[in-house]
Amino acid sequence: MKIHVTLARLARKTRASPKEDEGVATGMVGAPACGDVMKLQIKVGKGGVIEDAKFKTYGCGSAIASSSLVTEWVKGKTVEQALDIKNTQIAEELALPPVKIHCSILAEDAIKAAVADYKKKHVDQAAG
Amino acid sequence: MLKLPIYLDYSATTPVDPRVADKMIPYLVEKFGNPASRSHAFGWETEAAVEEAREEVAKLVNADAKEIVWTSGATESNNLALKGAAQFYAGKGKHLVTVKTEHKAVLDTCRDLERLGFEVTYLDVQDNGLIDLEAFKAVLRPDTIVVSVMMVNNEIGVIQPIAEIGEICRAKGIIFHVDAAQATGKVVIDLATLKVDLMSFSAHKTYGPKGIGALYVRRKPRVRLTAQMHGGGHERGFRSGTLATHQIVGMGEAFRLARLEMGAENERIRMLRDRLYKGLSDIDEVYVNGDMEQRVPHNLNISFAYVEGESLLMAVKDLAVSSGSACTSASLEPSYVLRALGREDELAHSSIRFTLGRFTTEEEVDYAVKLLHEKISRLRELSPLWEMVQEGVDLSTVQWAAH
Repeated sequence: MKIHVTLARLARKTRASPKEDEGVATGMVGAPACGDVMKLQIKVGKGGVIEDAKFKTYGCGSAIASSSLVTEWVKGKTVEQALDIKNTQIAEELALPPVKIHCSILAEDAIKAAVADYKKKHVDQAAG
Repeated sequence: MLKLPIYLDYSATTPVDPRVADKMIPYLVEKFGNPASRSHAFGWETEAAVEEAREEVAKLVNADAKEIVWTSGATESNNLALKGAAQFYAGKGKHLVTVKTEHKAVLDTCRDLERLGFEVTYLDVQDNGLIDLEAFKAVLRPDTIVVSVMMVNNEIGVIQPIAEIGEICRAKGIIFHVDAAQATGKVVIDLATLKVDLMSFSAHKTYGPKGIGALYVRRKPRVRLTAQMHGGGHERGFRSGTLATHQIVGMGEAFRLARLEMGAENERIRMLRDRLYKGLSDIDEVYVNGDMEQRVPHNLNISFAYVEGESLLMAVKDLAVSSGSACTSASLEPSYVLRALGREDELAHSSIRFTLGRFTTEEEVDYAVKLLHEKISRLRELSPLWEMVQEGVDLSTVQWAAH
């Protein structure tokens, strides 16, 4: 029952992505052919702290729930701390069945992709 | 008052019609005799009931009752037909032809025959789901012994050109099997004119009970089969095992009702299906899968682009629908039937099969339309693919990181 209730609660939350502006980094992972695409955006403030996070996901309920959960988890963390979030924690929190573990892996990848984008922009800015 | 969830999955199974259930019940407690018991009245009574039901099944498809063999369902009928014919006629050749969009009960049986040394050609379909007769003729070989084509597809509801295929097979002396599990009560089947040698039926797709089906085995010209179930020699040796009288009585009554009511019922269901289609067609980027003309009135299979099917099913949990067939809904793969139609992955992942039936109401259809409008717009708001398309990105040009 737990998974059903948690997924339903999370999946019901609709979120809009903030438009690209200062300090916003985007990570997009997955492919339509596999049935999952996740787009995670993080807004990073002073000291590398993630102030806000938004997602858009094309995928099953578990994929939507996984991406929704990581947006909650990364908020208030530094980008380095965010990288410590592991797919196993996501899977455990949502009680994902084995066939849905790839959703949690994708969510972890989305964090990595967003942080990588942030670092790339940050380096570019520093260099520029 | 609307009762939720709304059942729109009549191709997965149908409820037993209450008139059918009433007729079955006496055969559980009072009339319990074994129809094979020849020595007393208990057996005579149930044997008569079994034969009456056999008449009813035969009548729906205009066949002779002697051509009907009871089985446990269409899966068993398909197994018996294909394995039985392939094994019996193995001396004539070892090649079979079927279609990529067949039910797994046919495809998997063919795979098993391949393991036993037979060769099988799996024919492609056109993008409307129908087979191309010229392409079909081209794959026939001198050693082709069996062809198997379903009458009505379980996922997209298209009706294959069975009469034409039958003519081609008969001219070449090839045994022609048709899986008609989804066809009974939906399309007129006349086995006196169709050149079909073997035909599979199921009771539970036509308001009868689960666990019972039949195989039609033509007598003129006579078709022979190697039995797959051995025992007491029931059903003239085709299929041993004590007959399930109550199930058989149920199937007979279900098929009798189908024969009497299908004309009016199909028109009512067609109206409801068209109402559903009209209600959904003003949503952007919806695509019907399968030919809309050569199709049973009960089925509407639609892809909602940029929305993933499983999340849509979750979002519309007040509707009992499926994204493919019930038999494959446990797997995460997109429908192999839609793939065979050449649908891109996004669309194959985004399909919903609505199948309407005897107890579907206008009110239920209207509720479904309203709910789908709401949920699709919400899921699209959430979809990065929809966002990209709105921004003018051509998704086929994007480099995806496949996982």
